[in-house]
Amino acid sequence: MFLAWRELVFARARFGLMGGVVALIAILVVLLSGLSSGLVNDGVSGLQRLPVTAFAFAEGTKTDSAFSRSTVNVNQARTWKGRDDVGDAVPFGNMLVNAKVTTAAGAQTPIDLALFGVDPGSFLAPAVSDGAGLGDPDGIVVSQTVLDDGVAIGDTVVIDRLGTRLKVIGTTGDQRTFGHVDVAYLPLRTWQQVHAGAGPGDEAREGAYEEATAIALRARDGNEIDLSGGDAAAGTTSMTLEDSFGASPGYTAEISTLTLIQVFLYAISALVVGTFFTVWTIQRKHELAVVRAMGASTGYLMRDTMIQATVILTVSTAVGFLMGVGGGALLTTTPMPFALEAGPLVVAALLLVGLGLAGAAAAVGRIVRVDPLAALGGQR
Amino acid sequence: MTTSHTSPRPDSRRTGAEERGGLRVEGVTLALGDGDATVTALDDVHLHVASGEFVAVVGPSGSGKSSLLAVAGALTTPDTGRVLLDGVDISRASSREKARHRRERIGFVFQSGNLIPALTALDQLRFALDVAGRRAGDGHDPRELLDRVGMGHRAGHRPHQLSGGERQRVGIARALVTRPAVLLVDEPTAALDRARSDDIVTLLAHETHESAVATIMVTHDHDVLGHCDRVLSMVDGRLSE
Repeated sequence: MFLAWRELVFARARFGLMGGVVALIAILVVLLSGLSSGLVNDGVSGLQRLPVTAFAFAEGTKTDSAFSRSTVNVNQARTWKGRDDVGDAVPFGNMLVNAKVTTAAGAQTPIDLALFGVDPGSFLAPAVSDGAGLGDPDGIVVSQTVLDDGVAIGDTVVIDRLGTRLKVIGTTGDQRTFGHVDVAYLPLRTWQQVHAGAGPGDEAREGAYEEATAIALRARDGNEIDLSGGDAAAGTTSMTLEDSFGASPGYTAEISTLTLIQVFLYAISALVVGTFFTVWTIQRKHELAVVRAMGASTGYLMRDTMIQATVILTVSTAVGFLMGVGGGALLTTTPMPFALEAGPLVVAALLLVGLGLAGAAAAVGRIVRVDPLAALGGQR
Repeated sequence: MTTSHTSPRPDSRRTGAEERGGLRVEGVTLALGDGDATVTALDDVHLHVASGEFVAVVGPSGSGKSSLLAVAGALTTPDTGRVLLDGVDISRASSREKARHRRERIGFVFQSGNLIPALTALDQLRFALDVAGRRAGDGHDPRELLDRVGMGHRAGHRPHQLSGGERQRVGIARALVTRPAVLLVDEPTAALDRARSDDIVTLLAHETHESAVATIMVTHDHDVLGHCDRVLSMVDGRLSE
């Protein structure tokens, strides 16, 4: 520590430049982390907030198209419900629609909605923070983001082509989106009518009221659901709630892309730090030889360098994160899907520092090979 | 000073209790390089330097002076022979043990001081104590020692702010601060003018006697030899009076 701290102060411009690079990477990591969290929220927050253990889709349904292609029969829900490890199993409808909102002032604005059809008395029925709960056949409970876009409780939503009129009666008070589209809960029977393409006054085709997108499963307290056993009995293909996120449009591709960029950033950070300390060690080779000739152990010198790396990485990561969080806070006020969440940020910071230290550790291995003989003039 | 392979061994005058202290090199041989390129750097070298004695080793480039310092300073293991430091053989010690001997018992003064650029003159001494694992009061007082070598007024200056002579003075103080038994000095006047060279060697002679340390100085500079207790000559790896 004696030499480490004094060298940090003495070569502050050199260390500052390196710290600046790490800080810039940290800013980028924060922004990407915020973008990832934002995309997760935009993509699957509607699913995340469902009190569901797993979904059972139509047999053979692939993950990437599960919510748009699957159609199950309500009788299959009864089969699932009869299983010992299942606390509850109810039909769940999911479809994306284009609509127009007619505000109290009479203005019409286009809106896209992800309609979640749920039985108002079931465990899927959303809690409302404002307005009325689900129950009225024409009433919908919307995500807070719908109200943030200027829609008010009491406004009417008219679904394109069908002309079905739905009234906004309440809000969940939080963000619930699916595939970047705001969620609107509506009674399952109304959802079944819309899903069947029946407009106001039309009779839905036969069997329409027996259909849903999937069966929402909730495990009995303390149990784990035997999904394969249930699938065999009910003729479904089930997946856990987390696995079903991949069925949100674009979700897997978006998250994979951002994860890849973040992985590259971590690798670049480790490489930058490793390269810096490699060059730093090479530049100090003669100085290190002198110190080794004085009797300093390899451990003493490596500890010193690792302290320098820890200080630089910690300080520059902290500075970068503060700047990133500051800039990110501005982004949260824009339409960009961006969310600053403590958990992912802490993980990102630890990864950045940890991998940077790994890079530094690989570089300071050169210290072992510094020959103290080089300190003597005749051996130089 | 004579240079002859037939002269008596450089340590032959010292016997008894006097021989147990200081540094003793016994029959040391060291070959460098491989195959046809092998060079005998040290050839059956015998040397005893008592505590408080200042010995100079002169010789042409490539004669083995630096190799002698390397072997005496536990930087290199000799092919044959042994190096005794206050009666303890350090030549066959492990790398870890050699490092311990260097930081606790051996002081090096390098060409041009070889000071650490980031450290002030005072910190150079504190650093040496830190490397040796010494606490304050366990070696020389760094500030007092700097005063003693005439560098007290430059304690807060870094190497690039010091002249060549000042850097050497700090280097000498750094080597002595841990109270070593042996001081090994490598061409201390190589980058200094005549007057400063004389000052530095005078200081080395004074500190050798003051600190009762066994000092070996290798040098090309014949003008400073008058301050030494003994002058030895090295030619082709062989040491003689």
